[in-house]
Amino acid sequence: MIRDFTSSEFLAIVAGMQATILLSLIAFLGGGLGGVTIALLRTAEFPWARRIAATFIDFFQGTPLLMQLFLVYYGLPVFGYHVNIWVAAGLGLTLNASAFLGEIWRGGIQSVPRGQSEAAKALGLSYGSRMRDVVLPQALRLSLAPTVGFLVQLIKGTSLAAVIGFVELSRSAQIISSTTYKPLLAYGLAGACYFVLCFPLSRASAALERRFAARS
Amino acid sequence: MTYSFDFSVLLPYWEALLDGCWLSLSMTTLSVIFGLGIGLMTLLALRSPFRFLRVVATSYVETIRNTPFLVQVLFLYFGLPSLGVALMPWPAAVLALSLNCGAFAAEIIRGGVDGIPKGQFEAGKALGLSPLDVLRFIVLKPALRSIFPALSSQFILLLLASSIASSISAEELTAVAGEIDTTVFRSFEVYIVATLLYLIMATMFSTASKIIERRAFSYPVK
Repeated sequence: MIRDFTSSEFLAIVAGMQATILLSLIAFLGGGLGGVTIALLRTAEFPWARRIAATFIDFFQGTPLLMQLFLVYYGLPVFGYHVNIWVAAGLGLTLNASAFLGEIWRGGIQSVPRGQSEAAKALGLSYGSRMRDVVLPQALRLSLAPTVGFLVQLIKGTSLAAVIGFVELSRSAQIISSTTYKPLLAYGLAGACYFVLCFPLSRASAALERRFAARS
Repeated sequence: MTYSFDFSVLLPYWEALLDGCWLSLSMTTLSVIFGLGIGLMTLLALRSPFRFLRVVATSYVETIRNTPFLVQVLFLYFGLPSLGVALMPWPAAVLALSLNCGAFAAEIIRGGVDGIPKGQFEAGKALGLSPLDVLRFIVLKPALRSIFPALSSQFILLLLASSIASSISAEELTAVAGEIDTTVFRSFEVYIVATLLYLIMATMFSTASKIIERRAFSYPVK
C-alpha cells in the first residue's frame, strides 16, 4: 500500500534529524578525545608513537568510511560483543573522527612556535602541563577553522550509518521514500535538513579562516 | 575470542574482487574527468556578468558541499525517474560522482588560475615567446603544478566516496564485496579484504602522483 506524505512522515524526518545530531555529537566528542590522543602521539618524542599514530591516520584517511563502519559492525560480534547499532555507528564514526581531528590538530601543534614549548620546558613545566597549559590551547585555536570544517564532513558522514541500519535522517528518508513512493520529496527534504545543519557551519569555518588569514 | 578467521573461502573470488577494483577506478576516473568539465563551467558561471548564472552556480556548489553524497546518489537514482529520466545504477553513480566532484573542482581550478600573476604573461611576451609557448609554459604548467596536489587528493576522496554507489547497487568494489558476502557468509573477512584493496589503491595512487609531481612539476617556483 502506498502511504501519503502526511504529518507522521514529516515527524519521522524530524526524529531522524535528531538522531543525526545526536550521533554527530557523540562522534565529535569521542573523536575529540581520540583526536587529541592521536595528535599528541603524532608529535611525541618517541618514533614508535609517531609511527603508530601515522599508521592510524593513514588507514582511516585511505579507506572509505563505509568500509570502516562495516568492519566495526561485523567485527564487534567477532570479538564477542553483542552489536548495539548506536555502539557500532558511534564507535566507527569516533575512530574516523579521531584520525581526521588528530591530523588537523597535529598541524596545529606543529604551528605553535617552538620557543613556546622550549620556554615552558626551561621554566620547569612537566610534559602534561606544557601541553595542557601552553601548547594545546594555542594549537586548538590555530586549527579552529579546519575543525569546524571537519564537523560538516562528520555530519555528512553520519548518513552512512544508514547503510548498517541505523535510523537517522537518511534512513528515515529511505523508509519514507519507499512507503510513500515520493523519492524527490523524501530525499529533497532530508537534503534540506542536512543543508540547514551544515551550511551555517561551512560559513563559520570560512569566516574563521578569513579572520585568521587577515590577522597573520 | 573464539572466532577463527578463514580467508581461504575468498580465494575463488579474487578475480571478481580485482574486477571490482577496476570498476571502482574507472568509475572514479570518468567522474573526475566529467567533474573537471563541470567545475570549469561552474567557475565560468561564478564569474559571469549575469547574476542569474552566478546564483545558479553558487546554489549548486553550496548544495553539493553541504549535503551527504549518499542523499545525492539516492535523490538522483530514485528521484530522476519521476521527472522522466530513468538511469541505470552505474551511469547514475557516475552522474552523482561527477556532480559531486564538479562542486569541489570549481574551487581547485580557481586556485590554479588565480595563482598566475599578471606580470608573468607580460614577461613572457616581452621575452619573445610565441602565444603558444606562453600558454604552455606560463599558463598551463604552473596552473597544473599548483592544482595537481589538490586534484590528486580529490581523486582519492572520490575513489573512497564511490563505495557509496553500492547503495544503489552500482557495480564496484563494495557492491562486489557485498555479493560475495551473501554467498560465503564471512562478512568480516570479505570487508577486511575490500578495505585493504581500497587502501592499496589509494596508497598506490598517492605515491604515483607524488612521483609525477616531483618529475613533471619540479622547476623552481620563484
